[in-house]
Amino acid sequence: MSEATVSTRPISQDRIRLRNRRNAADFRLRAYGIAAIGTAIGLLAILLFTLVIGGYSAFVQTHIRVDFPIAAENVDPANPAEGNWRAVVSDAMATLLPGSQSPAETRQIAQILTSNTQFFVRNAVLANPDVIGGTLTLDVPAADIFDQLNKGNISRDTPEANRRVSDQQIGWFDTLVEQGRISTPFNWGLFFNADSRFPEIAGLAGAITGSFYALLVCFVISFPVGIAAAIYLEEFAPKNRWTDIIEVNINNLAAVPSIVFGLLGLAVFLQIFGLPRSAPLVGGLVLALMTLPTIIIVTRNALKAVPPSIREAGYGMGASPQQVIWHHVLPLSLPGILTGTIIGLAQALGETAPLLLIGMNAFITSPPGGVMEASTALPTQIYIWADSPERGFVSRTSAGILVLLGFLLLMNAIAIFLRQRLERRW
Amino acid sequence: MDMVAGKVKMTQQSVNTAMDPSDMLERPIRLTARDVTVHYGAKQALHGISIDIPDRAVTSFIGPSGCGKSTFLRCINRMNDTIEGAKVGGTIKLDGEDVYDPNLDVVELRARIGMVFQKPNPFPKSIYENVAYGPRIHGLARGKTDLDEIVVSSLRKAGLFEEVKDRLNEPGTGLSGGQQQRLCIARAIAVGPEVILMDEPCSALDPIATAIIEELIDELRENYTIVIVTHSMQQAARVSQRTAFFHLGNLIEEGVTEDIFTNPVNKQTQDYIMGRIG
Ligand SMILES: Nc1ncnc2c1ncn2[C@@H]1O[C@H](COP(=O)(O)OP(=O)(O)O)[C@@H](O)[C@H]1O
Ligand SMILES: [Mg+2]
Repeated sequence: MSEATVSTRPISQDRIRLRNRRNAADFRLRAYGIAAIGTAIGLLAILLFTLVIGGYSAFVQTHIRVDFPIAAENVDPANPAEGNWRAVVSDAMATLLPGSQSPAETRQIAQILTSNTQFFVRNAVLANPDVIGGTLTLDVPAADIFDQLNKGNISRDTPEANRRVSDQQIGWFDTLVEQGRISTPFNWGLFFNADSRFPEIAGLAGAITGSFYALLVCFVISFPVGIAAAIYLEEFAPKNRWTDIIEVNINNLAAVPSIVFGLLGLAVFLQIFGLPRSAPLVGGLVLALMTLPTIIIVTRNALKAVPPSIREAGYGMGASPQQVIWHHVLPLSLPGILTGTIIGLAQALGETAPLLLIGMNAFITSPPGGVMEASTALPTQIYIWADSPERGFVSRTSAGILVLLGFLLLMNAIAIFLRQRLERRW
Repeated sequence: MDMVAGKVKMTQQSVNTAMDPSDMLERPIRLTARDVTVHYGAKQALHGISIDIPDRAVTSFIGPSGCGKSTFLRCINRMNDTIEGAKVGGTIKLDGEDVYDPNLDVVELRARIGMVFQKPNPFPKSIYENVAYGPRIHGLARGKTDLDEIVVSSLRKAGLFEEVKDRLNEPGTGLSGGQQQRLCIARAIAVGPEVILMDEPCSALDPIATAIIEELIDELRENYTIVIVTHSMQQAARVSQRTAFFHLGNLIEEGVTEDIFTNPVNKQTQDYIMGRIG
């Protein structure tokens, strides 16, 4: 029946052409969109792929099992801390490989281990003094070139002259492999060691602690100040020229290049207030300046999103403005505020330029004990490592970026979780 | 402009003489407004409203949309204080006490004059918390049992208790529109007001929910002074004893509801009642 009525309308060629052109335009628009998203996802995949390829080997570390004879002549049981640890290590190395070796060869064999081996041995003995007079067996990190050799990053096919390890060293290493002394466990040192000149024992502990302190300072300052400022501007401030100017400036502040905040921190916090260089406190203050406008803007948007009917209901019940805000408006806008804050903090976590200016790219070999102690942060640590030529640091740079991305992902996941958790209640 | 103002004064005099004196004697006056004006910024929304609102009766405000009914209603409990740029002139007295006296506590005033809004707006909290909120902030309950009692009796008075007694801890926003509006009435009642202002309380509701609310309003009249804004003349005729007709920011005519609908004095009122002003 309907077909009959439809077919009575003449279908002119013009209308068909018009329709086809419209459909083609629709199709093209959709295709452009899909192409754009595909490009974005492709670029992201390339980024992650190169990072994983470059960085995965830093998540494991070659270790060598060595038996250290702790002779009483080298280590005084009464005063083990003052022992001759260098001799302990060279004694162990002299007997590590079979066959007689010249002293020069022994010294070269010792270079298979990380240069800090004597400190590892010392700490192990201090922790367990009963071993003095006996033998201590330890898994010691291999020096970077042997680590890379073991991971296949140094090719044995390269002519010896172009290789950083000699054929003789490769022979020694292979003997150790045959003896079952080589293991490649997960590299906990990447997370629990501080920075070092030697890539095999360099880790992110200092940077993670430094970033944590800096973000803590940033949060403690920018969260309450940002929320208070947003509440005042949104709920109490008269709408006049002055508040307009303030609003415009806050929006502009959010777009100021971060390095400018670094300069400000350098001039104000270091030079005028005399705060210590490289301290997470200063880093946190600078990051707080950067995060503040973000928090003010997201908080104002979250407050604006609360329906006016809720405020009316509150005022209608005789609640004071302060009660309306605390009892009704803030609880409703909290999910938005928290999400925005966490995303602001995640931004701050990845921020590098301002931290470089206040010296958080120093070479520091122990994690900071507090906000006033010199430290690096995750992005600046990556920056330092990216500048180092050693093969081990190259892969650690990628690994560091992966760790940073992991933290960012975690923070965003927390933001999403919080939002869903808090909003699900009603 | 002047001409219009003169005309308004004249009509008000004629309204006053048209009032039924026996009616006024029966019900003491609760609220008196004299020459109330409201400016929103440069725009004048009310041009000198004077009206007496009697105790324990329903007074309805009718008139075309935008004529200032809500604006005048919001003057009574000073809700216009929260609107930036709103300026109120004239006097409004509740039991002879000036509502705009600078020494008066607005919080206490709003406890005495409750308000129900056009769109049901329960707090996004539990049904219990919605009703308990007012008594809490005004310190009306001495303990948990006291508060429970207030909540239950308020829900009962709003005719909602039987429907929600098993789910007092569920969100108030999960109720139907009509139930939400009754929850808002219960919330207003919970602080023991003398006057209840209702701004088109049924405009967002279906006819059945509307009938329930209208019945409720009729019951509440026994204990409260009720002012209701409505865009429905039928509703005004059904629930109110007195009716005031607003037009373009002026109070055109006010009196016993029956008289207004059957025998309006003013030409504009006639036109509106007959559906000639929309
Ligand atoms: N918050 C406000 N700001 C500015 N003008 C307003 C505001 N509220 C109402 N008005 C104006 O005041 C007049 C009366 O509005 P209102 O009292 O809401 O009318 P009604 O409730 O009778 O429909 C209208 O012209 C409206 O545009
Ligand atoms: Mg209205």
